[in-house]
Amino acid sequence: MNGPIVRLFGVIVLLFALLIVFTSRWTVFEAAKLQNNPLNVRTLLDELQIKRGQILAADGTVLARSVPAAGNTWARTYPTGPLFAHAVGYSIATKGEAAGLEESAAPYLRGLQTGLSSIFGQLSPRPVGDDVYTTLDPNAQRAAQQALAGEAGSVVAIDPSTGAIKVMYANPTYNDNGANPGAGCGAKDCLVNRVTQGQYAPGSTFKIVTATAAIDSGMYTENSVVNGNSPITVSGVPLSNDGDQSWGPQTLTTAMTYSINTIFAQVAEHVGRATMTKYMKRFGFYSKPPLDYPSGQIGISQPWSSTTGKPFPPGSPDEDIGRIGIGEGGLLVTPLQMAMVASAVGDNGTLMTPHLIARVVDPDGVTVKTINPTVYSHVMKPSTAQAVTRMMEKVVEEGTGITVQMPGVTIAGKTGTAQIGPSGSNLTQPAFVAFAPAQHPKVAIAVMVDESNGGYGATVAAPVAKAVLRVLLSEGQ
Amino acid sequence: MRARNRELIGLIPASLLVTAGFAGVFIQRQNALSNVSLTYGALFLGLCIAAHIFIRITLPHADPYMFPLVAVLASFGLVMIYRIDATLARQQAQWFVLGLILFAGTILLFRDYRKLEQYRYIIVIVSLGLLVLPRLPGIGYAANGAYLGVRIPGLFVFQPAEVSKIGLVIFLASYLRDTRQVLVQGGRRFLGITLPPLKQFGPVIVIWGLAMAILVVLSDTGSSIMFYGGLLAMLYVATNRLSFVVIGLMAAAIGFWYLGTHIPHIHARVETWLHPLNPELYHAPLGSYQVANALFAQAAGGLFGEGFGRAALTLPNGGVLLPAPQTDMIYAVITDELGLFGAAAVLITYLLFVARGFKTAMLARDSFSTLLAVGLSAMLALQVFVIVGGVTRVIPLTGVTLPFISYGGSSIVANLVLVALLLLVSDRARRPA
Repeated sequence: MNGPIVRLFGVIVLLFALLIVFTSRWTVFEAAKLQNNPLNVRTLLDELQIKRGQILAADGTVLARSVPAAGNTWARTYPTGPLFAHAVGYSIATKGEAAGLEESAAPYLRGLQTGLSSIFGQLSPRPVGDDVYTTLDPNAQRAAQQALAGEAGSVVAIDPSTGAIKVMYANPTYNDNGANPGAGCGAKDCLVNRVTQGQYAPGSTFKIVTATAAIDSGMYTENSVVNGNSPITVSGVPLSNDGDQSWGPQTLTTAMTYSINTIFAQVAEHVGRATMTKYMKRFGFYSKPPLDYPSGQIGISQPWSSTTGKPFPPGSPDEDIGRIGIGEGGLLVTPLQMAMVASAVGDNGTLMTPHLIARVVDPDGVTVKTINPTVYSHVMKPSTAQAVTRMMEKVVEEGTGITVQMPGVTIAGKTGTAQIGPSGSNLTQPAFVAFAPAQHPKVAIAVMVDESNGGYGATVAAPVAKAVLRVLLSEGQ
Repeated sequence: MRARNRELIGLIPASLLVTAGFAGVFIQRQNALSNVSLTYGALFLGLCIAAHIFIRITLPHADPYMFPLVAVLASFGLVMIYRIDATLARQQAQWFVLGLILFAGTILLFRDYRKLEQYRYIIVIVSLGLLVLPRLPGIGYAANGAYLGVRIPGLFVFQPAEVSKIGLVIFLASYLRDTRQVLVQGGRRFLGITLPPLKQFGPVIVIWGLAMAILVVLSDTGSSIMFYGGLLAMLYVATNRLSFVVIGLMAAAIGFWYLGTHIPHIHARVETWLHPLNPELYHAPLGSYQVANALFAQAAGGLFGEGFGRAALTLPNGGVLLPAPQTDMIYAVITDELGLFGAAAVLITYLLFVARGFKTAMLARDSFSTLLAVGLSAMLALQVFVIVGGVTRVIPLTGVTLPFISYGGSSIVANLVLVALLLLVSDRARRPA
């Protein structure tokens, strides 16, 4: 009977080999798939057991930290709450939900989990994440919060020479503490970060882009004279200046100073779709700004077709380039994009990549990563930037932007007041875009307000910008 | 070296394992090495040495590797259970002591185990009767949809299948010893296949029916596969006719297919086996939650595991993440904490034990002894296959225990009796003529 016994043992060896094969299948070959299965709460449990690092403001103010929770887990708390809610976001591991920096900086906050350390899991201690220092300035952020109180809108301030974002505040905001962030914020979606996701009509603030395209392409100078009579016909439809004022022949500088629509519409038409589109792309339009922020929470700035309800393809022959040149024609932008426009002009034509993270520090206090400024694009020649700067200085000196004047500081700015709502309604979207000090700017800022009943960029948005600029410019002196 | 000295040396790894294992769990728990771990190790070693001395006196020629292999598995199981629940580990240690007493009792009572043959019909009737108990109202209970246990309130809980498997093996070994010649010679050739004579094959068909009945009435896939597989293994060794095995497998396949597609509760178990990650089945009562989380636990283990005491078994709110970690799912916990390598080491330890059992069968001088050793070893191997196969999704999951490792009194006691019988066979086989 020995023959059958040996063969039977062979069968049992095969059966056990099958067990080892299947164990290998789950532990190695399909492990990643199983770990990513939404039904698998272990990944979540692991997540809960990681002590995520802190998120801090530039001055060390704690914006997010981990506190011990039930059953050896950690929960997140946000000491500054609504003030930084949009920038910081939230992380609710139990639901697998995250937003803001909590989402985009998660690899740092959770500690770097390399593939090797996940295989040799037992060799590494329970992970403690790294701290993330942001570029955000709590004093200026608070000034933005106070100045914008009561208005739906957003404020964003960038250091033009580095791309560091100093202020990112949107109203309405929400409390990112608790299990249901944004619960009970009413009809307006307070979870929307208007700075990066808001879709505003830029109105006349877009004339900065038109002026840049006109001058940098060599077709115009700041002193080129264009007839500013009103109304004129643009794309077959009459276009008027504010108050239907006919200005007669005026320089581009004057047209910028007093925001003469008919002149800039003619300039944009003359510069043409191709050139306008080229410069818009250089400023960052038509694509998501490469911000260290969740891509799903960043909007694109581009013109939209009212007939199809979709964005125009870049340079589409169907777009009304004349009206786009004055910030109309279906053009919708994010405040971040307009701050990038100001930043590029202020930094001699170079657009720095905007960023929120300054550096990453490990639990031992060692800086493991520093975010160095990088160039996003060379938008225009320095000479063009100088010319546009001079035009924008005039706006604040004697034009529509005199409301932001501050003693001892030259500010380069541009107002915008887009008409929204049905024709004949009084509703506007006031905006103000600026950088200061004009010659060596420390700050580029964009303020955009959702809705005003007859208010102007100069009267509604510019004072908010002024309050934030005052704080930012007074620092470090 | 003499056999018994080899056995004594073989116990050293077991005692080291239990000491190191407890130390590991303690360090993980309290960041400190308590001398309790050494006490556990010493106590366990003491028990094993007592058993060894007993074997030395009563069965001087028995296989020297079998008992150390069992000690390694049992000590490893004790550590795993301790890591899951310290109270259960104390109970398991008590069951281990009781098991060793019955182990000694079996050896003393059945020095000549061949007298078991006289009682074969009583044994088989009692075994079958035990199997039905879980379905009786009042004392039987269901776990995970299968009727596996008997509970006498306030007294004890036990799983009759653990005991029945030994009884069935004794009966079959005796029955096949008598009929093996007739089965082979009385067979008729048909289309080149030897068909067994119906009269002698009758009891075998009865066991096929039994396996199917277990499946339908008790919903116990595991015991069904175990008993039927054990039967085929013994039948093959007894007759050396592959055709019998093939016919048997085909009959089982048809039976399983029919029941799996026509009996709703068995079909449901097949569904959870095939689609454990289907969200609907996952959230359904008696659905695939357990199987799915067994797979997730293994995925968390990887090659080397997360380390002793690190597998997640409960949720932060106190809920259950991995149901039945100390019994059905212990293999998943082992894989989670010790990885593929740890799990493979456990399986190979079982394989070594089975190899010793088969070696004993080959050395045995009479057919009954051979068939008994083959049956007991194969049954143990199949039990491992059934539960590990269930946890790793090779077959539908049924709650049988992982022998010597899982928590469970009836399991550890019955399996120690099984080892006692194997050692008895081995002692007789290896005794110098």
